[in-house]
Amino acid sequence: MQLTADMRPDTEAALAEIIASASASRTSLELSGGGSKRSIGRPTNSTHNVSTRGLRGITLYEPNEMVMSARSGTLLSEVQSVLAKGNQMLAFEPLELAGVVGGDARQATIGGVFATNASGPRRLAAGAARDHLMGIRGVNGRGEVFKNGGRVMKNVTGYDLCKGLAGSWGTLAAFSEVTFKVMPKPPASTTLVLLGLTDEIAIEALCSVMGTPYEITGALHIQQQLAVTLDHMGLRGQGKAVTAFRLEAPPKSIAYRRDKLTAALKVYGQLHDLEQKSSETFWDEMTRLSVFEGSDHPLWRLSTAPSKGPAVVAAIGRYMPVSALYDWSGGLVWIDVPVTTDAGAADVRRVIATHGGHATLIRASASTRSATDVFQTLEPGVQRLSQKLKATFDPSNILNPGRMYVAF
Amino acid sequence: MSSIALPVPDPDIVARRPSIVVELQKLLGADRVVGDDDGRRAYETDALTAYRRMPLAVILPQSTAEVASALRYCHANGIKVVARGAGTSLAGGALPAEDAVVITVSKMKRVLDLDYPNRIARVETGITNLAITGTVSKDGFFYAPDPSSQLACTLAGNIGMNSGGAHCLKYGVTTNNVLGVRMVLMDGEIVDIGGSHLDSGGYDLLGLIVGSEGQFGIVTEATVRIIKAAEGARPMMLGFQSSEVAGQCVSGIIGAGIIPVAIEFMDRPAIQICEAFAKAGYPLDVEALLIVEVEGSDIEIDDQLAAITEIAKRFNPSVIKISDSPEMSAKIWKGRKSAFGAVGRLADYICMDGTIPLGRLPEVLVAITEICQRHQLKVANIFHAGDGNLHPLILFDANDAASAERAELAGNEILTLCVKVGGCLTGEHGVGIEKRDLMSVQFNPTDLALQMRIKTVFDPDWLLNPAKVFPLDARIMAEIPERTTRAAA
Repeated sequence: MQLTADMRPDTEAALAEIIASASASRTSLELSGGGSKRSIGRPTNSTHNVSTRGLRGITLYEPNEMVMSARSGTLLSEVQSVLAKGNQMLAFEPLELAGVVGGDARQATIGGVFATNASGPRRLAAGAARDHLMGIRGVNGRGEVFKNGGRVMKNVTGYDLCKGLAGSWGTLAAFSEVTFKVMPKPPASTTLVLLGLTDEIAIEALCSVMGTPYEITGALHIQQQLAVTLDHMGLRGQGKAVTAFRLEAPPKSIAYRRDKLTAALKVYGQLHDLEQKSSETFWDEMTRLSVFEGSDHPLWRLSTAPSKGPAVVAAIGRYMPVSALYDWSGGLVWIDVPVTTDAGAADVRRVIATHGGHATLIRASASTRSATDVFQTLEPGVQRLSQKLKATFDPSNILNPGRMYVAF
Repeated sequence: MSSIALPVPDPDIVARRPSIVVELQKLLGADRVVGDDDGRRAYETDALTAYRRMPLAVILPQSTAEVASALRYCHANGIKVVARGAGTSLAGGALPAEDAVVITVSKMKRVLDLDYPNRIARVETGITNLAITGTVSKDGFFYAPDPSSQLACTLAGNIGMNSGGAHCLKYGVTTNNVLGVRMVLMDGEIVDIGGSHLDSGGYDLLGLIVGSEGQFGIVTEATVRIIKAAEGARPMMLGFQSSEVAGQCVSGIIGAGIIPVAIEFMDRPAIQICEAFAKAGYPLDVEALLIVEVEGSDIEIDDQLAAITEIAKRFNPSVIKISDSPEMSAKIWKGRKSAFGAVGRLADYICMDGTIPLGRLPEVLVAITEICQRHQLKVANIFHAGDGNLHPLILFDANDAASAERAELAGNEILTLCVKVGGCLTGEHGVGIEKRDLMSVQFNPTDLALQMRIKTVFDPDWLLNPAKVFPLDARIMAEIPERTTRAAA
């Protein structure tokens, strides 16, 4: 078949035909959903784009079994609005990166959410997108249609490709349909806030809160220079660093847990409450990383052990000015750094190697992303396995080639 | 029972057994290698006891470096390796072969690091599941996955099979609770995947490794998530006059937005057997029993149980009984957790492990009864109702070959039915040899080839736990390089 610059197949078979044809002619394809996160990763320099946005529609929704299936190009917003009608949600709280990378969040697709393992603040308690992905249908780089997993939650039949493919950024396969776990919305929620803490003290407080039995579903700390840019008027007006954690439970439980936590955290200062509506607005804002919007500064995503977050930020801070937002109780750190040719990559990577974890350059100019490793540099053994994995799925290296790594 | 074909052992390797044992002992020390008949016999089977094979030798390493040496030797000599934890697999996942060395991590059970601020524990994988919780429970923490064999089974085996348990409705299964592993590849290379942080910076190799049934490498160390235990927990019992209504009640509870920490289901035969054994106080005049457990402070527990009671009342339960003491709670769980042992006192049994969409429960239960009746067998049903993971226990007489054969056939029919209604062959036990030949019921050749090629990424020569998970002929069809696998006639 004739490959064109912009292809939008509307069936799985058509998607397979395109990829098979590209595989035969060794034509590289840029694979995307709605393109909202298209500028993340190394540029693929492909002249042919295949979008899954033509594969639309929710194909299964069983609220009582907590499962939904949707074709991969179904808009995330549609999934969320149908779930909301059933008083349910995606518990991993999909992270919206479009706003910080100049994409259009309204175009985000459910396939893209899983392809990028885009998990928001609740990941800390509820698991990542990868933990909610139960079944996939897709097309590998050979143009073969395959399936893995299914529509039931407990399933160890064969290898778990759902996990293996979540977060592979379209470099191993194109999803045609995803099946995922959905959860009831919490009956009520509230957020407790501490103000003006240093990074070290804030993370210590959050780690101790996470070690209580009170099922905290979000725990983050925003440095003062970022907190004053929040959309949330009440918090912005304080002019101080914001340390916040979220309780989601029946109202009586919230009241009980709030009292317990107030007593336990007395030493860290006064606890302020955000009522339900205000709390929801705040976490929505955190889910789109509002404090990093509207800037062209490089934005790094660092994953480390929660208690090491402040040390990682301080170490990077010795080489460049840094503004940090700590999510996941300190285990996920977003840092904004000045524009330089390598976006500070050499220093950031050296620091993360010392402390353990990984770093991804989420926002940078195309030229920087071409010249720098965007995703975590891998240890030789892991690199070799990853490269071989890519080759089994996509032997002609045609699916988003180079988006994750130069070599594959 | 012996209808599952096992490969003919490689005669050259078997003939070299004496010298292989000597060489391994020289390499690792005599105390690390079991070569005598009595010693090897202790490892000839796992919890799928109908199948037995004497291993070539058994290696009991005490460090990752020793595992690496052993694997390097086996790799260089083309010797197959079966990884073993405690040998509690119900699927034959740790079944040895006459031409394969068993490497068990059971001597490697140290706790390497406890890190409460980050809520993780780093351990050697020979540690038992329950010992992880045992190590941290004094500080109020626990390790969440709780397979019924948790007293004996190792973390290594849990990682291999992605084990679940009764409480995974709330806390997830093994894959959701492991952050990192140290794994030795077949050629002896040691790789660290993941660590004390969340999620992968590149491909999610960890997600592939968990549940790979010992076919990718030998996991010697792992970093697992530990969780602060709830202030309290309390179960309630709900008895119904039909399984169908009990199933509807489960849907009603979940549909109302309540996720209890566990919802366990037992049918009449299972209730009778467990009550006779454990005196748990189960009602004997009901067709189906639900055990629903919730967690939290006393006030929270009262509230949740009251809400569940209100929902349950819509389904006319004949019994609603909330535990009123820790002793009663313990008894209720003892009855459920000793179910397999209780059934085992009455007859031999095979334990099935399919998962179905909950909405199909009534018809599946009817069909399971019909299948077993047709094969002149009795069945007791126990399952994790919240997630549709069925455990029909098919009773048979191991001394009667025909009865054993019929039990296996009935089991296969039940699992095929699970797939047909939209479920799967195995929810938490794994494929092993038991469900190997049914894999083509759930997957087409392309799906299987895709998975088999991933094994080849980690183990190009297919030396690790071969002849498991995939139908023997599927490898030939997928053109996976083949050394020794030949199906027995």
